[in-house]
Amino acid sequence: MATGVFSQGRAKISERTLRTDKWWIQPLITFGVLFSFIIYATWRAFEGAHYYAEPLISPFYSPCLTTDCVNGSSLLGTPFGHIVLFGMALSPAFIILIFPLGFRMTCYYYRKAYFRSFWMSPPACAVAEPHAKYTGETKAPLIVNNGHRYFFYIGLVFNTLLTIDAFLAFKNPQGQWGHMSIGTVVLLLNATFLWGYSASCHSCRHAIGGRLRHFSKHPIRYKAWTIVTKLNTKHQNFAWVSLIWVAFSDFFVRMVSLHPTWNKYFF
Amino acid sequence: MARTLKLRIWRGDDKTGGLQDVTVEANHGEVVLDIIHRVQATQMGDLAVRWNCKAGKCGSCSMEINGKPRLACMTQVASYPEDEVITITPLRAFPVIKDLVTDVSFNYKKAMEIPAVVMPEGMKPGEPRMQQVDVERSQEFRKCIECFLCQNTCHVIRDHEENKKSFSGPRFFIRIAELDMHPLDMLRNRKKTAQEEHGLGFCNITKCCTEVCPEHIKITDNAIIPMKERVADEKYDPVRWLGSKIRRREEVL
Ligand code: SF4
Ligand code: SF4
Ligand code: FES
Ligand code: FES
Repeated sequence: MATGVFSQGRAKISERTLRTDKWWIQPLITFGVLFSFIIYATWRAFEGAHYYAEPLISPFYSPCLTTDCVNGSSLLGTPFGHIVLFGMALSPAFIILIFPLGFRMTCYYYRKAYFRSFWMSPPACAVAEPHAKYTGETKAPLIVNNGHRYFFYIGLVFNTLLTIDAFLAFKNPQGQWGHMSIGTVVLLLNATFLWGYSASCHSCRHAIGGRLRHFSKHPIRYKAWTIVTKLNTKHQNFAWVSLIWVAFSDFFVRMVSLHPTWNKYFF
Repeated sequence: MARTLKLRIWRGDDKTGGLQDVTVEANHGEVVLDIIHRVQATQMGDLAVRWNCKAGKCGSCSMEINGKPRLACMTQVASYPEDEVITITPLRAFPVIKDLVTDVSFNYKKAMEIPAVVMPEGMKPGEPRMQQVDVERSQEFRKCIECFLCQNTCHVIRDHEENKKSFSGPRFFIRIAELDMHPLDMLRNRKKTAQEEHGLGFCNITKCCTEVCPEHIKITDNAIIPMKERVADEKYDPVRWLGSKIRRREEVL
């Protein structure tokens, strides 16, 4: 049985869409960037090396929690041993990456991004999707998206840790404070973008004041809500900038670990 | 300055139909609805089109122009390049009646399924007072002109006829959000019914409703996502759920 735009009773038009603009460009770019990120992050997570170049640590590996962590890279100690899954040794990145990954997978903005570009439901507005059935976020596994707030809270812990990492980058490789390098700037920007991403999150907006029915009875929360609301309109931008910068920060740390002189010190 | 326009207009009914080529003159500053009227007056006397205000305020002239859901009275002819053929079809999510006119009664049925605001007991008309900050949030949703372009674009029903029974659509999510955010509304099961009866969970926030809304209502950011978060408070957040059980009452915030 034909469904969707080809359903009985609807205007008989054989095209799936009559749009004449280049509607496929946007999903294609989104797909390209997200896919590249996934490939890069997966490769780096498996690499299990070059993630620490004193005092810089890659955001993919922080906090470093297993006994495999290289000397000095573990801010919170190493409560976990060597991890082996199905006979394969896993790097310390694996036990933590699941959280930022979950945060982004359940993010209201990324949902739009991947539902359009990966799942094509729909690829663009008024372009018929290729699926015969659709239940949206009413069933497992997508129903998990309703738990976005938990990932948001865990994300705040990560933001705090990555901010500490950025401050530790005011040391020199010998461990003395009061120095600053390109790496310091890279990690500071990384923390800033991540805080921007979290602060503009829709769950944050809800928790801060969106839940209220009487703004007038909660003037301080209302004020806070108006600020988060302003940031919230830029959530998409924060999502992209923070994603790309996390990858760049990791790349930078990797390069410094291979070529220590790349990390120029300003003072 | 006049220009000659090439059009393809869909003509037919619920059984059969197709695109017909038309060539027509267009004057400077005209909108697509003007052109349709000229075609009607000069070449296709029985062309069916629904319109009313010609000012983007009645929501009657919704159709699809070059595949994009739009108001014909707000679409400038000049926004299309000189050599472009403009294709005009009826809305593709609803049953067609004739030519450019569709049967949008689905939306009226869904509207009836949402109970109106319930005022606190004993409160008489004229008594309620609302603060400006509380009014503002719902004021945005009140701009809706019921053009149903958002409903037409939403892939949940546009691409899946069978979902129509369990999904009310973005226009009605803003209505539910407006009521759930209303400081005085006493009906407190709106989150539950939003999820269980109106199909809020079907929406995957791909934002096409917001993209096509001629009133620029931020349907997803200001109504659907806040409603999803409110539903999560009640249904998917064990911490909040436990809290509400211990206090044994729904918080009046
Ligand atoms: S955001 Fe949700 S309601 Fe709006 S068009 Fe997309 S699926 Fe439909
Ligand atoms: S919300 Fe916007 S697009 Fe939807 S019916 Fe109202 S005015 Fe039209
Ligand atoms: S992080 Fe994107 S909505 Fe929460
Ligand atoms: S005729 Fe009223 S909105 Fe177009």
